[in-house]
Amino acid sequence: MSSEPLVRLENVGMRFGGQQVLRDINLNIHRGQTLAVIGESGCGKTVLLKLIIGLLRPTSGRVLFDGRSLFELSEAELTRQRLRFGFVFQMAALFDSLSVFDNIAFPLREHTQRSEAEIAAEVRQRLQEVGLSPMVESKKPAELSGGMRKRVGLARALVMNPEIILYDEPTTGLDPVMSDVINELILQTHKRRGVTSVVVTHDMRTVEKTAHRVVMLSPLSSLKPDEPQILFDGDLASLRACTDERVSRFVRGEAGPLAFAG
Amino acid sequence: MASVAQRQDGIITSLGGAVLEFVEAWGDVASFAGSALWWMFTSRPSRGTLTPNFYQIGVRSVPVIGITGLFIGMVLAVQSYADFMKLPGMRGWLGVAVNGSVIRELGPVLAATMLAGRIGSAIAAELGTMRVTEQIDALICLGANPIRYLVVPRFLACVLLIPLLTILADFMGVMGGAFIATQYFGIEPYEYWTRSQQEVGLWDIGTGIFKSMVFGAAIAVISCHRGFNSSGGAEGVGRAATDAFVLSFVAILVLDFFLAMFFNSVYARLWG
Repeated sequence: MSSEPLVRLENVGMRFGGQQVLRDINLNIHRGQTLAVIGESGCGKTVLLKLIIGLLRPTSGRVLFDGRSLFELSEAELTRQRLRFGFVFQMAALFDSLSVFDNIAFPLREHTQRSEAEIAAEVRQRLQEVGLSPMVESKKPAELSGGMRKRVGLARALVMNPEIILYDEPTTGLDPVMSDVINELILQTHKRRGVTSVVVTHDMRTVEKTAHRVVMLSPLSSLKPDEPQILFDGDLASLRACTDERVSRFVRGEAGPLAFAG
Repeated sequence: MASVAQRQDGIITSLGGAVLEFVEAWGDVASFAGSALWWMFTSRPSRGTLTPNFYQIGVRSVPVIGITGLFIGMVLAVQSYADFMKLPGMRGWLGVAVNGSVIRELGPVLAATMLAGRIGSAIAAELGTMRVTEQIDALICLGANPIRYLVVPRFLACVLLIPLLTILADFMGVMGGAFIATQYFGIEPYEYWTRSQQEVGLWDIGTGIFKSMVFGAAIAVISCHRGFNSSGGAEGVGRAATDAFVLSFVAILVLDFFLAMFFNSVYARLWG
């Protein structure tokens, strides 16, 4: 395993109009690691994921993927680099107008010269990997349950054999049993493929089950100007033992004393 | 004195802000259009993305444009007939008025307006929904350029099919007008058609069709741009759909004025 991090964020800041969301984030994500990013809603977790894959350009600092800044690459090279990522969106982001089969086959048709028979075999293999039967192939996304949509989203993210998978709140909106199925899939995908994974979540069961390392972000509005935005960075054992009140409260799922004020 | 100066400063600042906002907004639309044109000429869209758009934009617009074209021609004949009756010897000129109006103005503008209403809003709503549900982000993550995949097929469908829809609107309008004039008001068909033939020619048909292509391009660019830039959930998508129609309609009328001026000056230079 190379010691060079796969993803490196250097003093990254992100601002939308007048609102600063991320400030001076420094983070290395190592190959083969599953990193969970936790934090309250609005702390910039999803923005962080979109910066890593180059969907957003940081307003300060830089994001390096495999040693190169994505925004210094040509359009064609950027596209090639993005195919090394898999992105599982919060609401799956399946293309409404396409069937499940066509959704999963989409990147294969766009970027490979494979025959339709080879594509069909690949799609079925990916469906099997996420525990879905071939019966769902012809269905449109609107006909699927939330859990099935997330699994199709994962199958689509896996189809190009990515080196890193980004999960945006993978269990949000699912019942506990389906959440566990998704957590198990994240774990199995990592074990089988050895991919680097970044899981943005506020579900501590996902963290417990899948993460090697945890980073907790804080919303800037609840920090002093010179306080770092990363409240915690360490493994699960250190997370449980963390004495920072804000971190331990989040881990226990308790509202703070000021949560209902004013 | 100080308050008057402050008020003037305030007015100048707001005016400057509004001008900057306007330039920025239309600069963004122009850059979006440039990007669509670049992708159109550098990468051929697949048949799979073209066919559904051509069907939706072209085939499904036929009934509504045919019916509205027919009735516009008929209404024009009814309204013009009363005026022409007041002038002795002018009955035969009714065909010129109806056919000239339909072919030069009403056909292209009607086809474009119907397209803006039926398709412009739908494009903005569809792309807006794709934006707010992160489907456009998903396309980018899967290595597909959303302009090439989503905008180019819609742009081509609008620009290439609107001339056919305009010809349909022209034809139905001319037939509707002729039916009312000859069958209802009893104008001699020979007189009606001969006068029209003398005054309305290929130049009028050609400029009308050219104008419609400009309108089609404007509808596609404005509608796709509004959809791409929508935000704020269902409310944002609704706003994008409304904006797409209103801005397209305004653009059609403004462009129509400038194109009419342009073609009139060209005509005067060539044959005037």
